[in-house]
Amino acid sequence: MENIAPDLRRKTMKAKGKVFKYNDNVDTDVIIPARHLNTSDPKELAVHCMEDIDKDFVKKVQPGDIIVANRNFGCGSSREHAPIAIKASGISCVIATSFARIFYRNSVNIGLPILECEEAVKGIEAGDEVEVDFDTGTITNITKGKTFKAQPFPEFMQRIIKAEGLMNYISEK
Amino acid sequence: MGMTITQKILAAHAGLDKVVPGQLIEANLDLVLGNDITTPVAVNEFRKTGFNKVFDTKKVAIVPDHFTPNKDIKAAEQCKLIREFSYEMDIENYFEIGEMGIEHCLIPEKGLAVPGDLIIGADSHTCTYGALGAFATGIGSTDMAAGMATGKAWFKVPPAIKFNLKGKLQGWVSGKDVILHIIGMIGVDGALYKSMEFVGEGLSSLSMDDRFTMANMAIEAGAKNGIFLVDDKTIEYVKEHSNREYKVYSPDADAVYEKEYEIDLSKIRPTVAFPHLPDNTRTIDESGDVNIDQVVIGSCTNGRISDIRVAAKILKGRKVKKGIRCLVFPGTQKIYLQSLEEGLVKDIVEAGAVFSTPTCGPCLGGHMGILAKGERAVSTTNRNFVGRMGHTESEVYLASPAVAAASAITGKITDPDKI
Repeated sequence: MENIAPDLRRKTMKAKGKVFKYNDNVDTDVIIPARHLNTSDPKELAVHCMEDIDKDFVKKVQPGDIIVANRNFGCGSSREHAPIAIKASGISCVIATSFARIFYRNSVNIGLPILECEEAVKGIEAGDEVEVDFDTGTITNITKGKTFKAQPFPEFMQRIIKAEGLMNYISEK
Repeated sequence: MGMTITQKILAAHAGLDKVVPGQLIEANLDLVLGNDITTPVAVNEFRKTGFNKVFDTKKVAIVPDHFTPNKDIKAAEQCKLIREFSYEMDIENYFEIGEMGIEHCLIPEKGLAVPGDLIIGADSHTCTYGALGAFATGIGSTDMAAGMATGKAWFKVPPAIKFNLKGKLQGWVSGKDVILHIIGMIGVDGALYKSMEFVGEGLSSLSMDDRFTMANMAIEAGAKNGIFLVDDKTIEYVKEHSNREYKVYSPDADAVYEKEYEIDLSKIRPTVAFPHLPDNTRTIDESGDVNIDQVVIGSCTNGRISDIRVAAKILKGRKVKKGIRCLVFPGTQKIYLQSLEEGLVKDIVEAGAVFSTPTCGPCLGGHMGILAKGERAVSTTNRNFVGRMGHTESEVYLASPAVAAASAITGKITDPDKI
């Protein structure tokens, strides 16, 4: 990996990058296959991110890029290694029609921004350049000149995200 | 508006009289669980944030079961890390190789899950304990770390789907066929963020092992949890395995369910999930000729004594077809010993199958039974995703122990009634 992502628990709540697009039911086994789970090092995991669904992903991904997918993204195993690998690969945000619930929790807990927005998923294609404003939930497809509005996080989850993850949130309390 | 079983357990653990779907709550935990894949990440988070003790040394369970016995040096290092953490934190329920088992077979057997409990586990199949009338759900490593530190977790109260069971299972049909049938019916996200609640007069014909298998695969429909109404069989199981106090919750008469399904158990046929999703189901009668290379019988889904008994009954006096590998994995050391004492191991080994120490290994393509390119397995495990048991061009067909054992004899997917 040439570029390991900057820490996404950052001050500017915006993301911008090119889109990798996937279909329904992308499971955590294809995001990070179990054969690589004998480590929990984000850099090692990132090298194998999306390996079993998209072999070219790690060659092409640039810091800031965005994953867009259809329904039930992140289904299957509870391995937190999946959002960790995605985040460490440089992906700044995942937009999907829906997320599997454990993946959703894990992403919030480690500070990987994720948004549910069916209209955006329909209006974005692979390779499009997209900008996301997390404060407002606005998703802009720069390539196609379209704007979409995602549901913002509930206030409770925003507090976890602002605390830079669940562990900081509970230790601050 | 009344509450479901799940909503009542969540309310009780949040110190509230009432909760409604969508409400965010903080609840007290009765058990926090982790394995050798998820616990190392949790330990790092736990230490990084400066915690130096767990909230209750009796209420944390750590089970190295995935890449154990250690499959390679990196796995050995991860197991060492969690072993040292467990000793340092005086965690009572750390189970070493020799006393362990596949976590979701082991925890009920050790009496660590009882009706009314609220349990989180850093493993998606933690929902298994819903069979006992507990609220149990899978979470990730950071939630595990926070749970170990504080004894609390946040939840969004889920809506529920009711499955009203009636009738009795026929022939070789088991809980595995019922849950595959249900997942095929509602889809892999059919219960996303929701509870699946199993009630009705049909419950009485389901063994505890059938119920564990069904609750185990609730996650395969996207559910937050699967939970069974407690009955005499549940109480008998709990009294046999645990000294802990338990509390039985039943749904209110006016509890609100988003959907209700009636499932006639007597009409369910042996069911197989074809690649590459658990909802891609066909009955055995619709399965056609599918040649296979390997059979796996075991896992947190189907590694219990009744599963091993079914496998042994079919394999006894027969031979695994030449060229087919048949691997049997009991869920725990206790089940292993029971299988020995009942003569099941002899029947299985004489048929030409392997009888292994408990491990999750083959289910997730970890070790002990990986598939090569182009190979096919019939497996009693829970997932048939691309690459799940090995090469991305291998295939997994999910089925019951009876179908799996029958298929080992013929070398193709087979109705156990037809051998």
